[in-house]
Amino acid sequence: MNPPLTETQTETAPSEVHKQLHLKTYLLIGMMIITGPVGNLLLAKSTKQVGEIKVWPLSELISAFVRIFSSFTIWAGISCLIAFIIAYMLALSVADYSFVQPAAALGYAVIAVLGVTILHEKVAPLHWAGIAVICLGVSFIRGTHPRTTGNSD
Amino acid sequence: MTLEYILFILVIVVGTGGELCLGRAMKETGELKRLHPSDAMRLLGRALRVKWIWIGVAMMATAFFSLVTLLSFEEVSFVVPVTALSYLVGAVGGIFFLGERVSWQRWVGIGLVCIGVTMVVISR
Repeated sequence: MNPPLTETQTETAPSEVHKQLHLKTYLLIGMMIITGPVGNLLLAKSTKQVGEIKVWPLSELISAFVRIFSSFTIWAGISCLIAFIIAYMLALSVADYSFVQPAAALGYAVIAVLGVTILHEKVAPLHWAGIAVICLGVSFIRGTHPRTTGNSD
Repeated sequence: MTLEYILFILVIVVGTGGELCLGRAMKETGELKRLHPSDAMRLLGRALRVKWIWIGVAMMATAFFSLVTLLSFEEVSFVVPVTALSYLVGAVGGIFFLGERVSWQRWVGIGLVCIGVTMVVISR
């Protein structure tokens, strides 16, 4: 189904440039919604292995961070988040921030599924409903033109 | 509880501010013309010379350490969706800091996202 037209679009058929813009934007957002949740999940797993972090006294905080950063899991998580940032930066070079940021929210559904299946966290039905509403919101945002600044066609 | 709120604010406001700075840097750098690794690396190399990248990275690093601390005592499926409140901050920043036009359809989407986030918080 074609997304509804917005005030930034014309009634004419999308140009090749237009299609390229959509393709690049969606592929980069696709990378973001996979690497972001996986990175966050790995971070959560590594911090949970350490237990609750005490922020005071400072020596407790430092020793907790040393324990966290000596685990393989956190470095795997950081690698995923670096991939996420690269995809994010490239997406921001082709599309609006106010388009890319909300569209990447599809990752929240991914992280809830991963939280349940891998970390065995409990997710309430209302929580799932909230995620569904977030996804509905994202679908509205995805119906708008990805770029409204510069040379948007 | 107060510490929890401070950490959430750091993650949402400072984190989104950092992302907006990245957005500003990428807009100044130019567009990725082809989805090719060499083009992507060249573009990212050029972006590293823009000051907004470094301001953004510093802000995002602050948000990152706050997130790591939060995740040590909160469930990931609660923490991460709550950070979606940054959509509101992001849309306002997109208009005033990046000069983007946020249509009514995008606002509806952002509103739905905020409702979804509230549901996630209530379900706790």
